[in-house]
Amino acid sequence: MHITEGVAPVHLALAGAAIAAGGVAAGLRVMKDEQIPRAALMSSVIFISSLVIRLPFGPSSVHPILNGLTGIILGWVSMPVFLVSLFLQALLFQFGGVTTLGINTVTMGLPAVVCFYLFNGPLRRSRSWRRSFLTGAAAGTVASLLSFVLWSIALMLCGKQLMVIAALALGPHIAITIIEGLFTGFVVAFLSRVYPAVFSTPSLMKRGRAD
Amino acid sequence: MSCTTFYAGETVIHRLDPRPRIIMTAAFALLMALTDHSGVLACGIAAGLILALIARLPAGPLLKRMIRLNIFMALLFLFIPATFGGRPDFTIFSIPFSHEGIVWSAVITMKANAIVLVFAALLGTVELFSLGHAFHHLKVPTKLIHLFLFTLRYLDLFHHEYLTLLRAMRARGFRPRLKIHTYRTLGYLAAMLLVRSLERSERVMAAMKCRGFRGRFYPIRHFHYHRSDAVFSLVSILLIAVFLSVIYADIWRLW
Repeated sequence: MHITEGVAPVHLALAGAAIAAGGVAAGLRVMKDEQIPRAALMSSVIFISSLVIRLPFGPSSVHPILNGLTGIILGWVSMPVFLVSLFLQALLFQFGGVTTLGINTVTMGLPAVVCFYLFNGPLRRSRSWRRSFLTGAAAGTVASLLSFVLWSIALMLCGKQLMVIAALALGPHIAITIIEGLFTGFVVAFLSRVYPAVFSTPSLMKRGRAD
Repeated sequence: MSCTTFYAGETVIHRLDPRPRIIMTAAFALLMALTDHSGVLACGIAAGLILALIARLPAGPLLKRMIRLNIFMALLFLFIPATFGGRPDFTIFSIPFSHEGIVWSAVITMKANAIVLVFAALLGTVELFSLGHAFHHLKVPTKLIHLFLFTLRYLDLFHHEYLTLLRAMRARGFRPRLKIHTYRTLGYLAAMLLVRSLERSERVMAAMKCRGFRGRFYPIRHFHYHRSDAVFSLVSILLIAVFLSVIYADIWRLW
């Protein structure tokens, strides 16, 4: 779900960049110096996973977005994480673009932050595999749907005529959302059994765990 | 990783200081986003092509990028003119294709191609770690640069870990199919990668603490602003000024 290069008029590009800058600043503020490697290595894994993992769907396959998962674990730090990974995607693969970097950071990052507030607490209290799976699945679904809503709004602000594109994407996106929910559910259920400490701090890990 | 980077090369553009390249790319992208003046957009594409030629970008990867971009643009041409409304230019199967819709799609396509070409030629040719340093010299927050450089550093490594895990799964007879089992297995694979990354990050942090890390970024690459950089900046600024005055005077429109 990217807004392609060139589509956004300049005022919208700047507005997106301003909102993204606010979110990124909040994320950087939360992130302590000793948490940088943790956030960065996770950001690497999420970048790789969303690029190489193909979830079979009928004759074709879809890539996971994983912003729900990122949000649950990283909270506000997801904003800078998505800024970095979207910039890299534009630079290396020409997905998205430079002028739409701000808008795309917002459409990917904000749902992640919302998921943090909605699902991090319940997940920390969850004691069963089933419950963790359901919470994770809910996070994946909500993040994916919210991203789609924000993306459609951004597209319509770029030009009312682009509503056609948003309408066309609706069908496939519902399928993507279902798959994303299932996938995030399994990832979260595994993590809550094997490495529950991942979810147990507000932004990232507590200070001093590394030493 | 099969990413297409253009920084291997020894042309004039590769040797330029990255800092003015970042600034000029940003200014150019903003200008292209600002205008729908067809003449300026055409010149923008020409500028991008010339830069790509000077930088000797490999034709194959560049073409792949442009195709990836223009698939979306083809979608625009397919759907926008038919639904835009306004004066129809022609009709196919009694669907009117409006003139305004075609012009609008063409303008977006030109903008996108111009920006992508310049972006690939000027920024794609900066080696990625130098790019991090250049951002530091341009006063981007230190934490963001750390995040960028660390992410970059571990991309390849986690890609290899992913391949290792996948190979182990295949050796045990894993085949992706449209089954819940496949989603579960792939989900566990991603989760395992995360666990490994978290454990590794603790070792990395410990190693950094041993070496006295206190959150500062120590740039080891310094850039020098040579005469060629001054020429490049001057030419770019002049070009942008010409574009702006053409837009302001509203002359030389192609349509």
